[in-house]
Order: sequence, then structure tokens, then C-alpha cells
Amino acid sequence: MSQRQVLQVFEQYQRARTSFVQTIAELSTRPQNIETLQNAGVMSLLRPLLLDVVPTIQQTAALALGRLANYNDNLAEAIVKGDILPQLVYSLAEQNRFYKKAAAFVLRAVAKHSPELAQAVVDCGALDALVISLEEFDPGVKEAAAWALGYIARHNGELSQAVVDAGAIPLLVLCIQEPEVALKRIAASALSDISKHSPELAQTVVDAGAIAHLSQMILNPDAKLKRQVFSALSQISKHSVDLAEMVVEAEIFPAVLTCLKDPDEYVKKNVATLIREITKHTPELSQLIVNAGGVAAVIDYIGDSRGNVRLPGIMMLGYVAAHSENLAMAVIVSKGVPQLAICLSEEPEDHIKAATAWSLGQIGRHTPEHARAVAVANVLPRMLSLYMESESSEDLQVKAKKALKSILQKCTYLPALEPLLHEAPPNILKHVVAQFSKVLPHDSKARRLFVTSGGLRKIQEIKSEPGSVLQEYINSINNCYPEEIVRYYSPGYSDTLLERVDHYQPVM
Amino acid sequence: MATMVKLQRKINGIKEESFNRNRVAEENRRKEHKAALLIQSWFRGCRVRAYLRHLQRKATTIQKIWRGYLGRMYFRRMVKTAYFIMKMNFYNEMAVRIQKRWRAYYVRKYVHNYYALKQYLEGLTMTNEIVRRELEEFAVIKSREREKTALESGERKKDYLARKMHYLVSTEQIAGVFNSPYKLFPDEMEFRLRGAKPLSPKASRSRKHGTEGIVETSAPGTPFTLPQIEHLPPIPKKKQQGPFRDPTEVLLQRYKPLEPTLRVATSIMSVEEAREELKRKEWGSQVNDELFHHFSNANKSRRHELMLHTSSKFGHVDYGTKHFREENPEKLKGKKDFKRVFTTVQVFDKFGKMYSSAGKAV
Repeated sequence: MSQRQVLQVFEQYQRARTSFVQTIAELSTRPQNIETLQNAGVMSLLRPLLLDVVPTIQQTAALALGRLANYNDNLAEAIVKGDILPQLVYSLAEQNRFYKKAAAFVLRAVAKHSPELAQAVVDCGALDALVISLEEFDPGVKEAAAWALGYIARHNGELSQAVVDAGAIPLLVLCIQEPEVALKRIAASALSDISKHSPELAQTVVDAGAIAHLSQMILNPDAKLKRQVFSALSQISKHSVDLAEMVVEAEIFPAVLTCLKDPDEYVKKNVATLIREITKHTPELSQLIVNAGGVAAVIDYIGDSRGNVRLPGIMMLGYVAAHSENLAMAVIVSKGVPQLAICLSEEPEDHIKAATAWSLGQIGRHTPEHARAVAVANVLPRMLSLYMESESSEDLQVKAKKALKSILQKCTYLPALEPLLHEAPPNILKHVVAQFSKVLPHDSKARRLFVTSGGLRKIQEIKSEPGSVLQEYINSINNCYPEEIVRYYSPGYSDTLLERVDHYQPVM
Repeated sequence: MATMVKLQRKINGIKEESFNRNRVAEENRRKEHKAALLIQSWFRGCRVRAYLRHLQRKATTIQKIWRGYLGRMYFRRMVKTAYFIMKMNFYNEMAVRIQKRWRAYYVRKYVHNYYALKQYLEGLTMTNEIVRRELEEFAVIKSREREKTALESGERKKDYLARKMHYLVSTEQIAGVFNSPYKLFPDEMEFRLRGAKPLSPKASRSRKHGTEGIVETSAPGTPFTLPQIEHLPPIPKKKQQGPFRDPTEVLLQRYKPLEPTLRVATSIMSVEEAREELKRKEWGSQVNDELFHHFSNANKSRRHELMLHTSSKFGHVDYGTKHFREENPEKLKGKKDFKRVFTTVQVFDKFGKMYSSAGKAV
């Protein structure tokens, strides 16, 4: 045969391989094909193509592998078992940028499923190669490498520590400063994943100077970037007071409050999370945020949003109010209590209701003024019903009970306590009656109101063991009234009267 | 002579008489002796008694005077102490009054300043209003901007579409797709098509997608830095001639705000408050509020098991009760209890706060 014919055979083979690999890559974008592909044994076919002579085929094979691994963790495990990873890692150092992107994509796809797979990726020495690719010029390669590192670091602290030990953090901080938005996003998300596990990791991220660059990106118009930036800042600030103070010193307030009006829901949620993590630590930080008008902004945010995204805002109000009574008064003055009352009645989810009950408890537990402000918003009957409902989760019941008890111990606003008198179970009733017994001896109008509203009747109907604390309270309430009235309202009085009628001899 | 005769007659009788008298005297000697003795002794006794009486009177006088002196001294001392106690009570009461006033002032001004809190809350409400209003405005501006950009990009897309599909414009002969003869007016796309310039192939190739995602420096709210102004050197103040201190220093010292020491700043009930706080925290963090009833199983019928400690044959090991006691009581003499609380070093509070520079040496 002539030379051309021989070469034609090779060309045909190459074309076949190219078309095969390209079709596989296309098919693997659709999830419904992947089962069929897996059953057809695509893994074993793609593996030798990774070592192909033609670079395009290598790249496309790697891309196809990545997409397959992305879909399913069985396939990812098959990749690990098939010893493909060392080859990919080796070529990550050598080849051109398209191959690097594809290889990094495969590593990311494998590492994202579980910590064991991520550990397998790390064990192949992928981290060094990925960190080297972070120094490349091409932003696409950097993005893919940063993405892979982020997914590895996401699972647990040891893997994050491994990523940090490979020297990734300074390069990630450099990536954040690049002009490409996608790269910034991925780098911010990787930093967020690294710093969320432990204070030491967060400190390492901060030492690399990440906070300054992250805070510069707060007012960037891209919504997804803002999500990642705020998530990173909140993960950093959640660990300790020093880190939170460093985040605050970057002068993000009050600019951050404008992002609470962003149209993107998750940006708002992450901003609220950041504010919550900052206020959690000390009263001084909470004071700072209150002075900047943060409480008003968060309350408006709670009013505008629905569902799970409200949760960080609600918790933030609780944390602020928990520190001191002045801060709790600041929350009340900013009209937080009506908003929280609306949340308590509106929200369907139990954990949000539990958080709202907890926050209201923190607001109302300080002084009678605070308890009055909470009671006026008609919150107590709702909390009682939440506590009593058998459908509420245990966490909700516990939190509602604690909040109710702490508010009741300080509440002297009797009109709000009256409905509780009629409905409460004995352990709550004890506190309610205690409050009545404290207020009634000193206030004559309240005594009158108490009788006319039927409270005295209800008190008489309460059964309690003599010598118990409840009995003492009941006695002290009974001592405020003349004996006839007490006897009149005691149960069974009409029967005794009728008996007297029976025994009465009419005077003729 | 007569007398001589008388005397001679008596001579014979004298002998007898003298013998009689001697006999009588001898017989009465004892009795008389005893009597004389009695008389003498009684007299001596009287003398001694008189002397003793005398002595006793003198001794009584001395003792009386001495006791009077002692009593007066004691009385004087009692009066002094009573006076002292009265004075101290008076001073204490006055000190209590002063402390009462001072504490009332201090607490009302520095600890629970009602007016400061009221002012702060009023200021806070105003700040909140401002923040809410500004955020609303910001949100409105941003939404308008977004609408505007959306509109503009819509327009641009339509124009681009019109330029690409310029051949769909209607001609004299054939009414285009967008120019239906059954409608009164042609569609707006038709007008766009009429005004559109056809795309050249080179332009379509080199058409780049607009740069996305870079910070819009034209939009409000983007971070910008003010141009750095060069500061001129400060105008030097004329210093007063003479041994005068700097007026700012003097004013600082004169209107120095109160810097209470730690002792003053802690509330007198701080220990009780801290206990309450601790109790509240613990109560709040408890999951289970029920008290733990010790020995609640005691009433359930169970046979009493002897402790291993006391029932073994080697008896009780007195670890802890006796091991650490000092066996030699001599060594414990003069040893006082271990001091746990000390007074603060008040000198340190003044460091750096004295007016004179010598005060810095304090």
C-alpha cells in the first residue's frame, strides 16, 4: 500500500477517536444519558484516551470524565479506583491551559462528593499541582484550580489545613484582586470554605490580608460575588472577638447596610449572617452596629423577606438584646418587637418560630419595662399556644417555655397576663400568679379590674397543694380582698347558698 | 507619951496582925494577882484595841480616798469613751449622709444616667429614621437604575436584531412580516428595520461582548477615593510670655472628667449582683428545671448496704480528716489565717493623672 493509504488509516482512527470523545462529552452534559453511559463502560474507554497523542482528544476526554464524575459519586469513586488521578495530577503540571482546566475540573468533580474522595484527591498530590496552577496567567485555569481547592477544603478541617499547608491562601488572595469577576467569585468562595472550620484557619486567612480585599468588593454590582464575599466575611468573623473586630475595623459599616436592600435574596441573607456573627461576641460590637443604624436596617429586612432567609436577622436581634438592657431597649425603640410578633404568627417553620421565641425572650427578660413592651405586642398568648401544641417540635417547646418564663418573671403589665391565667398549665401558672400577687396589693384599680374580668374566680378554681409556693401566692392575692368577695367567687358557692335555702325556716 | 503607950499596946498585936495580914495577903495573893492581871490585861487590851481602831480608821480613810480616786478616774474614762462613741456615731451618720448623696449623684450621673439613656434612645430613633429613609431611597434608585439598564439593553438587543434582519423590511411590492396589510399601522419592529443600518461581516466578527462585571464607576455608591489634598503647614500659635503652662493643658486639668477608681466604680452590691447574674445564666442554660432530689431512692424498700470503707477489717482510713493537720501545736502558735483579699494599691491609681510632671513619678 502507498504511504498515503497507510496514513489515511491513522487519520480515520484519529477522527473516530475525536468524534467518539466529543460525542461522549456532549452526551454527558445531560443527566439522563449518564446511566446508559455508565452501563456501557465508558470509564474504561475514556481512560486510555487520556494518554492519547493528540492533545485535543486528551482535553476532551478529561472534560468528559469531569462531567461524568460531577453527576454521581459512584463514577467519581470509579475514577479514583481506576488510578486516573495520578495521571491527571502529573499532566496538570505539564500540559497546556485547556488541559489544565479540564484536569482541574475533574479533580473538582471528584472531590466535591465526600470527604473520603477529597482525601483521595489530596493523597495523589493534587494540592501542589493545583497551587502551581494558581500561579498561571490564564484566568480560566486559575478559576478551575481555585474551584477545586475550594471544594476540597469544604468538607472538614483537616482537608482545609492540608490546602493551607500547600500554600494556597496567598495565591487565593491574589486571585481575588484579579479583574475577572468569575475568578473573584470562586476565590472568595474558596476562602470562605477554608475559614469556616476553625479559628486558626480563619486567622491564617486574615493574616494573608484577605479582609481588606474582601471589604473592597462589598459594593461590587455582581450579586453572586457579593454572596461569596459576605459569606467569607461572616465565616471569618464567627470564630472569635478579635477576628470580628478586625472585620469591623475594615470599615464595612454602614456600607454593608445598603446591601440589605439588594434584590438578590442570598446576598441579603449573607449580610444578615455577617451582622449576626459580629453582634454575637461582645456588647461593644453590638453597640457599634446599633449606633450605625444596623438594627433598623435588619428589622426592615425581616419585614421584607419571608421564610428561611429571615432567620439570621431574627437571631441577630436576639443576640443584640441579650447583651444588656440598654441594647434591648434600643431594639424595642427601633420597633423590633411588633416585627418579631408578626414573624411568630406568620412563619410556618418550627425552627424559625423557635428562634423568634428565643429573641423575644432575650428582649423581655431584663426589666419590667422591657417585659411590658413585649407583652403589649400580644406575644405571650401565642408563645403559650406554641408551648402547649403537641405538634411543635421539642426545641420549639423548650425555647417557648424558657422565653415565657423569663418574660413572666419581670412582667407587671396585668392586661397581658389575664389571658394567660385562663389557659396556662400549672408550671407557667405559678409564675403568672406570682406576678399578680406582686402587683395587686399595691394597685387598687388593678384589683377592681381583676375582679370584674373574672380573674379572681379563676384563682379560686386553681387547685394547689397547701404549703406549696402557689398556695402562698394565692393566699396573698386573697388577702387583698374582703372575705365575702373571696367566698363569693370560690367554687361551689352557689351550692352552699342553695343548701342554706333548703335549711331556712321561713318567717311567717 | 500616950501615943507611946498606945503604940506599945499595939506592938503585940502588930505581929499577929502582920502575920494575919501576911496570911491573908498570901491567901489573897493569887486572887489579887489574877485580878490585877485581869485588870492590866484588859487595860492593855483596851489600849491595843484603841490603837487598832485608830489604825483601822486611818486605813479606811486611805482606802476611801484611794477608791474615790480610782472611781473618779474610771468614771472619767467612761465619760471619755462615751463621748468618743457619741462623736464617732455622729461622724458615721454624717459620713453616711455624705456617702448617700455622693452615691446617689454618682449612680445617677455615671452608672444609670436616665437622661443620657433617654437622649441616646432619641438619637437612636432619629438615626434609625435616617438610615431607613436612606436605604429606601437607595433601593428606589437602584431599582430604577436596573430598570433603565434593562430597558437600554432591551433596546440595544432589538436594534442589533433589526440590523441583523434588515432584509425583513417591507418594500413597495411585498409587505414585510411586520407590516401586515390587515392592521392599521405597521409593527414597531418595522420602523426599527427601516431605520437600521445593515451589519457588515467584519463588524460582526470583531463585535465583542461588553465588559461585564467590572465595577461601574459611574454608578452611585461605588467606592471612590477623594483626591489627596496637600496639607499646608500649621499656623504657629503665639506663646504667652512668662512661666505659664499651655492653656490647653490648663483647661484639660480644670475640666478633667471624673475618673473614678475601680473601688468607686464597682457597685457596692456587685458581689450579690454577680451571684444573681450567675444564677440567671445557669437557669437560662439549663435544659431540665427539675431539682435533683438527693436520696430519692431512700424510701424505696432496699436493703441497706454497708459501706466498704467502714466495714472492712482494716477500719476507716482517715484520709483528709487527719492527714493534713499539724501535729505539733507549738508550731501553730502565732499563725494567723491565710489572707485572701488585700487592699488595692491606691498609689497606682494616681499614676499619670497628676497635674504636675512630678506626679508621673508616682
